[in-house]
Amino acid sequence: MSFEVQAERRIGERIIAADFMSDSGLTALFGPSGAGKTSLLNMVAGLLRPDAGRIAVGGAVLFDARTGVNLPARHRRAGYVFQDGRLFPHRRVRDNLLYGWNLARPEDRWMDLDEATSFLGIAHLLDRWPRTLSGGEAQRVAIGRALLSGPRFLLMDEPLASLDRARREEIMAVIERLRDELRLPILYVSHDRDEVARLANHVVPVG
Amino acid sequence: MFRWTGAALAAAIMALPLMVRAMRLSIDAVDRRLEQAAETLGASRMRVFATITLPLALPGLLAGAVLGFARSLGEFGATITFVSNIPGETRTLPIAIYSALQVPGSEDAVTRLSLIAVALSLAALMVSEGLTRRSAQGKSSHVV
Repeated sequence: MSFEVQAERRIGERIIAADFMSDSGLTALFGPSGAGKTSLLNMVAGLLRPDAGRIAVGGAVLFDARTGVNLPARHRRAGYVFQDGRLFPHRRVRDNLLYGWNLARPEDRWMDLDEATSFLGIAHLLDRWPRTLSGGEAQRVAIGRALLSGPRFLLMDEPLASLDRARREEIMAVIERLRDELRLPILYVSHDRDEVARLANHVVPVG
Repeated sequence: MFRWTGAALAAAIMALPLMVRAMRLSIDAVDRRLEQAAETLGASRMRVFATITLPLALPGLLAGAVLGFARSLGEFGATITFVSNIPGETRTLPIAIYSALQVPGSEDAVTRLSLIAVALSLAALMVSEGLTRRSAQGKSSHVV
């Protein structure tokens, strides 16, 4: 079992809830915008605390309301790729990539800078500032930064949403390789039917 | 107490609220989403503050310091009330202008002192403006 999520959280008037289990591969949370998909991802990442439920990934319990377990985000080893990239604007690409790598325990790292840059084709960007990158480049750097932090699993929040058609194709190919070559469990948020049909091994409808 | 250190203390106390407020705003203005991203990459609260929040807020913090400096430059009330007007010790620029105004025929001195005051304020303002502009630019993360 990769993701075991049973979580509930009230935000204002709405209740965001999910209850699913999935095997390895890519699990897509699929639903319309505003259904609470990103909130669910934040709960798995440890950025948003559920009111009730239990979250485990690969057998390790990250949150359990009943036993009071709530691992802080920095100890969950989630590789979170945000919709808007969120590269650190005051650090060059190289320092963005190494931010999580430097913080990870040596035994938790499973990729080094050279492997990541050749896997993602971003070796030529290392000395650039984030603001000079195109959308597709920035998204690849964001993926690289997540991979280098030594994650046990990936969380991806609509990583294609703001890219044009050609860039989408390029990033989608990268995601397929993450899924098939690295065999990382991936929890993937999308509202695009085609994207989900192509990438997902397992689909969880939300909302 | 009636020494330059006393005058400095008076100026600091008067400038502090203004400065703290400007600095606080610049720390609050740092994108919370970047701090969250650092957290998911394994950074503790302290490390997030030191490596993300502080560097991104730095131009604003410096601008706040310059603002505090400018405020101190014009400090008059607290200084003359608590540490008096002692030449060479607690006579600040505004107090010097005030003293010169009390003496007939010292228009030249007043003019000189006023020009110095104007030049200093203008320089501080320009530094502060430049820093604020830089901070506004640096803050915008790459949004894809």
